[in-house]
Amino acid sequence: MSDKTPLSSAALSAIRASAARFPAGRQRSAVLDALRLAQSENGGWLSVPLMDAVAEALDMPPIQVYEVATFYSMFEVRPVGRHCVSVCTNISCWLRGGEELLAHLEKRLSIGVGESTANGRIYLKKEEECLAACAGAPMMMVDHRYYEHVSAEDADRIIGELQR
Amino acid sequence: MPDNSVRFTVDGRELEGAAGEMLIAATDREGIYVPRFCYHPKLSVAANCRMCLVDVEGAPKPLPACATPVAEGMSVRTHSQRAISAQRATMEFLLINHPLDCPVCDQGGECELQDLAMGFGRDISRFSEGKRAVPDPDLGPLVSTDMTRCIHCTRCVRFGEEIAGVQELGATGRSEHMEITTWVKRSLRHELSGNVIDVCPVGALNNKPYRFTARAWEMTAHPTVAPHDCVGSALYAHVLRGRVRRIVPRENEAVNETWISDRDRFSCEGLYVGDRLEKPLVRRNGRLVETGWEEALAAAADGLAQLREEQGGQALGALVSPSATCEEGYLLKKLMHALGSANIDYRLRRRDFRGQQKEPPAPWLGMRFAEVESLDSLLMVGCDLRGEAPILAHRVRKAALSGARVSYLDLAEREYLHPIEKAIAAPPGDWADALARAAADSLSGQGCAVWLGGLALRHPACSELLEIAADLPAEVVSGRVSEGGNAAGLGLAGVLPFADIPNDASFSPGMDAGLMQRQAPGGMVLMGAEPEFDCAAGAEDALAEAQFILALNPWASDWMRQHAHVVLPTATYLETPGTFVNGQLDWQSFAAAAPPPGLARPAWKVLRALAGRLELEGFGYSSPDQALADLRRQADSRPDAGPASSGGSAVDSQAAEEERFAGLQLPMHSVDGLVRRSLPLQQAAAA
Repeated sequence: MSDKTPLSSAALSAIRASAARFPAGRQRSAVLDALRLAQSENGGWLSVPLMDAVAEALDMPPIQVYEVATFYSMFEVRPVGRHCVSVCTNISCWLRGGEELLAHLEKRLSIGVGESTANGRIYLKKEEECLAACAGAPMMMVDHRYYEHVSAEDADRIIGELQR
Repeated sequence: MPDNSVRFTVDGRELEGAAGEMLIAATDREGIYVPRFCYHPKLSVAANCRMCLVDVEGAPKPLPACATPVAEGMSVRTHSQRAISAQRATMEFLLINHPLDCPVCDQGGECELQDLAMGFGRDISRFSEGKRAVPDPDLGPLVSTDMTRCIHCTRCVRFGEEIAGVQELGATGRSEHMEITTWVKRSLRHELSGNVIDVCPVGALNNKPYRFTARAWEMTAHPTVAPHDCVGSALYAHVLRGRVRRIVPRENEAVNETWISDRDRFSCEGLYVGDRLEKPLVRRNGRLVETGWEEALAAAADGLAQLREEQGGQALGALVSPSATCEEGYLLKKLMHALGSANIDYRLRRRDFRGQQKEPPAPWLGMRFAEVESLDSLLMVGCDLRGEAPILAHRVRKAALSGARVSYLDLAEREYLHPIEKAIAAPPGDWADALARAAADSLSGQGCAVWLGGLALRHPACSELLEIAADLPAEVVSGRVSEGGNAAGLGLAGVLPFADIPNDASFSPGMDAGLMQRQAPGGMVLMGAEPEFDCAAGAEDALAEAQFILALNPWASDWMRQHAHVVLPTATYLETPGTFVNGQLDWQSFAAAAPPPGLARPAWKVLRALAGRLELEGFGYSSPDQALADLRRQADSRPDAGPASSGGSAVDSQAAEEERFAGLQLPMHSVDGLVRRSLPLQQAAAA
């Protein structure tokens, strides 16, 4: 392990514990866990040094970590706003106004999907496919928390709290 | 066929195969064509291109032949309506995003996608949406990228992981956004990475220095043999209008399989660079001037004859590059003997020659390359195998991955791309003890071997190391990873100061390379060797003291321009017929691929002409084959050991040599004149 790793010692030991749950020689299976830990520690995105540190901790080629990080939409590989907001536009939410909800947020925040607000508070993640909350459509997810039956006013209130 | 064989039918033909074998391997063996992009016999099965879909009776859908194991009673049709329509549909999808830039693509004419599009593609695309465009990563000076052409077969990714041992390329993103890239900006560094050019079935990864210089169908392919390491990889040189444009591998399962090192592939870029000689040079009034052959040969012959007359034949000496052909070495040895000198050697960087007459004449590996893969334990001493013989390093890696215990004794730990048993770092003074100890500790099992590499052969007590290795128990194979492409061949040709000496009272064993480089004989002949790079450290000063220096070389190096009296322009390995003997003692003869530039001539012809000028007899060869026959006859009848009196020179001061030992490392892209002049290789080395 190099001296200057961008991972905290808490994250490192959590990564090791996660790797230990897999059979010997399969430690790289823990890469998703490790990236999730690393991302949450770093304000929601993964830098190259951070991914290199994960690669080193799990003894795998860095390119394989980049492959995983770019494959999954849960990982961000460039700086994004602090709070991650995603609005579902898949069929149930679409029928119940998901698209209008998304358009409303884009207008209010003056950003498009995939962009972050200038103050670095809010990141409007790319249009989400179904997040499995059809019974509560339209829905949005904020920092892994589900909000269901969301109206434009609800969204304004939720976003307003995040801006503080 | 072994017991686990199964019988099945393909297109009505009864075939037999091993259970578990993939269908495409069986059809390939039988010559039944199944189209494919991602399948490669040397790589793992990815089954992601779907081009090899075939119709298997009883299966609900077409199955990929590359991922379908053969089974008893299986019935397969490769050309049924269902198979063909599946293949056509796959092709249509692959072509959705592939650009129609074949006219400007270097792969055009030798492109698997182009060929299959001819066979399976539609005339018109039904896809009217925009095609995707992909940015091209800069992979360094060797491999060009046009990633919009990529069809995501992932052969290059698997090559890195499985063959090279270090994954440099990966597939980032997914679906429409998937890209083959290094993702962070970096060059390919592995010594075999040029092979991704060949495994890429489209024009996405290509030969960068060759880019836009020729079209595949315009060139003629000439089989040849690589000169830069003891593997002697099989190559094709592709030639257009008398110039070698590029080098590609030639399949030879017993030697290089289908791979070649970057050094073998890109060294040809040094062929036609600035200091390449097109005319002979003769020193007049202190300056080298261009002349014709008549004048130059006369000057060369006069210089040698005059010294012989004044000081006797022993005042002449010759140093031969370890990448010279057998025929060149043999003819120069014969010429030196005829002039009355036994001072000839090809072991240019070696320091210690004591006990040389007891060593086997040909420095070789002691085993076939294929046998390396089944070794149980292997100890390498002073051997940077990845740099010295990259293809051999691949064999060792395969052995290590299948359980061989591989250990290294070296100055420091290197980057090994396979599991290792032990990496022993020791100062040079401790190598002899460490070798004896390590051999006792780490060598066991059915097949075990000790190899001495380049650094061990440049060790100030090399002879002791060789002796310890030779005295190990009989079941331990003692081998050498020798420098140059033809050390074994020159050994067998007797290009040594004690071999084949005429039975004549006036003759005694001559000076070895070490001695000649410390007290240069009055007249020196240098063939293919540039003293400032190819000899032991400090040799260039001693050799400059010689009264007459004749160089036979394709280029005029700075040292030659300063010190040589006559420089005769010779051909490189691509421009001369010849024979190399590799590390497993294969005699590999090859023809010239292209004519040498200008007035340069193959060295065997130059030596023949020089002998004629000197009025020496026995040089009336009309082809190098005749010289080869003579030298093989001589090699077969030679006794195993040289005369007892021919123990060679030792270093002056063991301690002083040990001090500068670390400086004797030979970087992979500095081994010979051709490699040193290849700009892409030098850029890659510096990257």
